[in-house]
Amino acid sequence: MNAIDNKWIGQRTIRPDGADKVTGRACYSADLSMPGMIWAKVLRSPHAHAVIRGINTAKDEALPGVKAVVTAADMVEFPLDKSVMLGIQDMRWMSRNMLAREKALFHGHPIAAVAAISEEIAAQACKLIEVDYDVLQHAIEIEDAIKPDAPILHDFVRHEGQKSNIAGTMVIKQGDIEAGFAEADIVIERSFKTRPVHQGYIEPHACTVSCTADGKVTIWSSSQGQFMVRGMTSLLTGIPQSNIRAIPAEIGGGFGAKTIIYLEPVAVLLSKKSGRPVKLVMTRDEVFRSTGPTSGSMSTIKIGAKKDGTIVAGQGTFYLQAGALPGSPLRGAVGCSFGPYDIPNVLSVGYDVLCNRSKVAAYRAPGAPIGAYVMESVLDELAEALKIDPLELRLKNSAKKGTKASYGAVFGAITFEETIRAIKEHPHYSAPLEHAPEKGVLRGRGVASGFWYNAGGESSAQVNITEDGNVTVTTGHPDVGGSRASIANVTAELLGIEHKRISVLIGDTASIGFSNLTGGSRVTFASAMVVTQSAEKVIAQLRERAAKIWKIDPEAVAWANGEARPAGPNAGQFPPLTLKDLAAKANEMGGPIGAGVQLTTTGADPGFATHVVDVEVDVELGIVRVLRYTAAQDVGRALHPDYVEGQVQGGVVQGIGWALAEEYLYDKQGRVDNASFLDYRMPVCSDVPFIEPLVLEIPNPKHPQGVRGAGEAPLVPPLAAINNAVYNALGKRFYSLPLSPPKVLAVIEG
Amino acid sequence: MAKMHIATTINGEPTEFLCEPHQSVLDVLRNTLGLTGSKEGCGTGDCGACSITLDGRLVCSCLVMAPEVEGRQITTIEGMAQGDHLHPLQQKFLELAALQCGICTPGFLVAAKALLEQNPDPTESEVRFWLAGNLCRCTGYDKIVRAVLETAADMKGAA
Repeated sequence: MNAIDNKWIGQRTIRPDGADKVTGRACYSADLSMPGMIWAKVLRSPHAHAVIRGINTAKDEALPGVKAVVTAADMVEFPLDKSVMLGIQDMRWMSRNMLAREKALFHGHPIAAVAAISEEIAAQACKLIEVDYDVLQHAIEIEDAIKPDAPILHDFVRHEGQKSNIAGTMVIKQGDIEAGFAEADIVIERSFKTRPVHQGYIEPHACTVSCTADGKVTIWSSSQGQFMVRGMTSLLTGIPQSNIRAIPAEIGGGFGAKTIIYLEPVAVLLSKKSGRPVKLVMTRDEVFRSTGPTSGSMSTIKIGAKKDGTIVAGQGTFYLQAGALPGSPLRGAVGCSFGPYDIPNVLSVGYDVLCNRSKVAAYRAPGAPIGAYVMESVLDELAEALKIDPLELRLKNSAKKGTKASYGAVFGAITFEETIRAIKEHPHYSAPLEHAPEKGVLRGRGVASGFWYNAGGESSAQVNITEDGNVTVTTGHPDVGGSRASIANVTAELLGIEHKRISVLIGDTASIGFSNLTGGSRVTFASAMVVTQSAEKVIAQLRERAAKIWKIDPEAVAWANGEARPAGPNAGQFPPLTLKDLAAKANEMGGPIGAGVQLTTTGADPGFATHVVDVEVDVELGIVRVLRYTAAQDVGRALHPDYVEGQVQGGVVQGIGWALAEEYLYDKQGRVDNASFLDYRMPVCSDVPFIEPLVLEIPNPKHPQGVRGAGEAPLVPPLAAINNAVYNALGKRFYSLPLSPPKVLAVIEG
Repeated sequence: MAKMHIATTINGEPTEFLCEPHQSVLDVLRNTLGLTGSKEGCGTGDCGACSITLDGRLVCSCLVMAPEVEGRQITTIEGMAQGDHLHPLQQKFLELAALQCGICTPGFLVAAKALLEQNPDPTESEVRFWLAGNLCRCTGYDKIVRAVLETAADMKGAA
């Protein structure tokens, strides 16, 4: 599609769901209440690691006002030796994460849940539940979990034939790593640590469910996929999917963590037992203790290069914390570290390490920020050692169309180099950077790049023409960041009508075809594809109707600017028929007009980003402040530029938090010590400057509008960019995050 | 213990409710009065999603006990638009896409309105520090700060 001719794609239109969201009317997961509804609370483990010998619920069941109590015994059991998958999630782990079965595996692990006529009574009843624990030693940090005498979380896990907390391994190999290092003129090897960080969405998990006497279940909750909610609830409760209707509430942020669920099956079981609608809402404390975060990591990376900067070998070892049940994002760390570069010899190995923390959940480009942090930090050292500009070093080694990536793919029309050049040519990169030692601050500049795979997958859409000649579009994807606005623009463009005539809706599981998760930077890519195909079918119908009215061949009818016209002078002379004209005649000329498409979308090429950042370090206090930030990314096509820029700006600020401040603190008993927004320090408005997005639009040839995906890549480079900038300011390198004031001071004074 | 009877004014409307002494204003707004525009992001006064004004002063409604509002004036996000006429801040948030998921938006709007009433011509730094009590995880605050600054400029121009 030619950008110059676009009337709606690329416009900063007002989002279809906007008015509801600025007036407080939008209904999020905790906002719905029902007649007869009761409240649930979850009892959580006070221990980081303990065998559950027994649970006695007699006392709480006897408390007046208590309507139902559930434990893992009420849930479908998934034996430990047999994997049952839903997407990438194993139900053995999901079920045990929702309600502990054999063991309590982390402080805050759900043990039982109670539904009562008030939240207070439910909370009081939780305290009456008697749990017989056999408390075990715990392992919180990676070092503690992998040492030979570590407390073992799961007896069935074996690594190299031994009982272990290493639940999985991932290996990427390319070429001959030994030969590669033998060729190198310079080899740099460094070890790094990052801490687990929470996704930090402002909306705690919540749901309201209703289970009726005929076994029909309705779930209102916010998630990154109502079909995932339905599928997982079905598997864990044994209720068939056809009896479950999952209705997506507005979602108050997810960033990956709402691609799984914590509450819905528990609430369904409580509703089934009590015969009442049940509402279950997490507190922020519960969110911090029991959901997310992403993995902490311990990594070693070794790079070999020629004197001219050509990288000949790359080796990485990544230990990622899975939390209490397997499943850390190895693919992101192991693959995205070396992925953007054309390196002939690569060996990258990842280990999935169990520990007594809450099970990790996806967080925006899962694992990739960890991989990029170590790789891009070492590239900075390499550039310095070889006296090459760090962006030139990246240009020299960047993957191009046809490069075989170390993770296996042969790249299509990728645009990594363009993002590097965009930063290199941007005034920010050449602007003078003045130290101000008299003020006690030192300033530095850093760069880093990163990439994310992006994704296609299953999506469904339905485009209907209303009787009055307007349009409704329904997709199956929760709108986390303005995707409805992009869909309105695409539909307006294709049908040639004003975007305000289009209503964009998110269907529930009973009203639209299966659609996979909102995640992986796939929704705009995939939903624009199915909406385009649906709209094209609608246009074909409209041309047929006009042809029928004019009694000419449909091929002789053209659709443009929202109306049917004869395609050329030979087709005959007829006044145009608008969408309204054709809608008015729809029923007499063949019936309602509308079409849907259900598709497994393909063709999502990876997204690349390169960032430059200026920081200021207060040498007295150790505080690092970000002064200026410019982020270049190729998104293919920005269907709605505001929401693309927003993805970049938001991702960068999450990266600033990860780099500078965010971490969990644990006490000696293995309990989270900072489970609040006061003590878990996410960036606030006064911590950050304006973030300048440099949105490149080099169309993806495999997408009808050229979309690549935007959401994940912005969180990949910031950790290393900031780490490199702090080095540039202080002349001292850091090998662990966050760069919090005590750590920075220790190195300055070191 | 018997519930307490409280008479207050919410968005200009006389309102009465019954509450337990330990209930927060946020709890009453959301779960007794059905005013769910104020959001609970933390319940500890750290995220600002439940921002309201009490006699014109910006507060976190999760930190105010419900009995304290007897005889006082509350405004919430629900009182910001006049009928179908949006407040200039609401309009500007839409025009500049200063929201993504939207869960923090009511709190930011209430806080920004309180700022502009007190300081009609804030600097960027003043906006950033005033809004430092409101957490947003989606936007990186960029478009929010721009929307507040542009609204201030527009309102000044119109005055």
